[in-house]
Amino acid sequence: MSFDDIKQLLIDKFGAGVIVGEETGGLQSALQITPDLIADVCLELRNNPLTYFDYLACLSGVDQGASDGRFEVVYHLTSIPYRLNLVLKVSKQHDRNTDELPSFKSVSAVYRTADWHEREAYDLVGIFFENHPDLRRILLPDDWEGYPLRKDYTNAEYYKGIKID
Amino acid sequence: MDYTQGLKNYNDKIAAASVEDMVLNMGPQHPSTHGVLRLELITDGEIVKECIPHMGYLHRCFEKHGERLTYQQTIPFTDRMDYLASMNNSHAWVMGVERMLGIDKDIPKRIEYIRVLMCELNRIASHLIAVGTYGIDIGAFTPFLWCFRDREHIMGMMEWASGSRLLYNYIWVGGLFYDLPVGFEERCREFVEYFKPKMVELNELLTNNQIFISRTANVGVLPLDVAINYGCSGPIVRGSGLKWDLRRIDGYSVYPELEFDIPVGKGEMGKLGDCWDRYKVRVDEIDESLKIVEQCLDRLQKELKRTPDFDPRAKLPRKLVPKPQDYYVRCEGPRGELGFYFIHKQNKEQAKDGSTRMMDTEVPFRVKARGPGFNNLSVLPELSKGVMIADLVAIVGSLDFVLGEVDR
Repeated sequence: MSFDDIKQLLIDKFGAGVIVGEETGGLQSALQITPDLIADVCLELRNNPLTYFDYLACLSGVDQGASDGRFEVVYHLTSIPYRLNLVLKVSKQHDRNTDELPSFKSVSAVYRTADWHEREAYDLVGIFFENHPDLRRILLPDDWEGYPLRKDYTNAEYYKGIKID
Repeated sequence: MDYTQGLKNYNDKIAAASVEDMVLNMGPQHPSTHGVLRLELITDGEIVKECIPHMGYLHRCFEKHGERLTYQQTIPFTDRMDYLASMNNSHAWVMGVERMLGIDKDIPKRIEYIRVLMCELNRIASHLIAVGTYGIDIGAFTPFLWCFRDREHIMGMMEWASGSRLLYNYIWVGGLFYDLPVGFEERCREFVEYFKPKMVELNELLTNNQIFISRTANVGVLPLDVAINYGCSGPIVRGSGLKWDLRRIDGYSVYPELEFDIPVGKGEMGKLGDCWDRYKVRVDEIDESLKIVEQCLDRLQKELKRTPDFDPRAKLPRKLVPKPQDYYVRCEGPRGELGFYFIHKQNKEQAKDGSTRMMDTEVPFRVKARGPGFNNLSVLPELSKGVMIADLVAIVGSLDFVLGEVDR
């Protein structure tokens, strides 16, 4: 299946509103999905006998910077039976307030590997995933303040009263 | 919204378990985990009811560094991710950057063959550690010494070529840091001849040893669908019976020109996808890598000979400025799919008159490293439900993760 076939398949299933935009012309084409539908789209792509995207290679949380103001999650899917690759993206505008995190639907029920990847995106970029079974920090201590991979993160000077050099 | 609900659930679970059952800490240091990993076990007698991995002790902020340093400056940091297979890491990084620059087709064949030769030598060295320390987990000490003795020869060759023993910084964007030293090919051939009978000895001692088989066969059985759903790759997913090797699937570098097989688990000693299968895949892969090394040496000595004017950095552009784009590159490291996701953007710069203009930059906007160990480790809680504590040691060892790339 080509990139356009997959796009058509998603439009047939979820309606034209599911795809917000597409990035072609680069090295890897990507589909921008409506954030609320990402879990359903992944489930459909995994289970549909025409695609079988059964392997989530990578999930990355991205902070697009203060001028852009968007938070993005990028999914790199691979179909092992058909040897296809697909990039999905979801993004949301957000005011960078750390008390109110940008939140996306979790795909960890579809791909169990997303469990840890989403924990990492929560830990480092500060993205909340709804319906995630166990959203804790994964690499940093539980009581760490701030999200280090955000573009406006200032390095902590102290951790529990200990000076960090 | 309450963002700490997951932490509360976890604390409640541990508190309840310490009343009803026993909470046991395994690690942080354990010989089979090459790095620092703490496993929190909820046990009922000798049975593991639940296993909660805690990592992050080696976290050295690779992705944050990547946003501050240029593409060339980050190569030494990729070496430090999976420090048992540094060549493979820098190869993946360099391939991605070259692809983004559009110079991946211009790299001379000699350089590509040297890169593959180095990567395969490093794969053998990495698998030797995996096999050797796995013996230690099970209680066999001699294979460990034998593996480290043979690995030492590879380390010596790598040191000769790159000047360092563990973290090489040898493969560069657009080429290599140095050409191979004179006489390297001959010494490498000597090593291959020396090493082949050693593998036969190792198989006699460990692979076909009845005690070893009893400890590993039918232990930690990982069904294929679970492995794929957890994103496992490399020897883990091949041990479960799937012929999935990115050297063949993606066909990067000069791998399409080389002949080698992809070993998969067959369930010879027990069920498909048990610890013995994963171990056996690694042992077989060493043989396949030796085949690749020999083919590379053939080419390097016959067709792609060293010439006096050969410059290993001839294709290196003066400034590494890709177009604004995002790209996910992946390659087959010794532990599985090693991926880098690059996002490159132009920088906005404030001019003196207050207007902003777009500037070219050599620094990536965002780098995400997808270490194979991270996903391979995530399957551990699933594998360790209801096993004995002694078997858990065998399972942890058979997954062979390096914590440097789990934490990055």
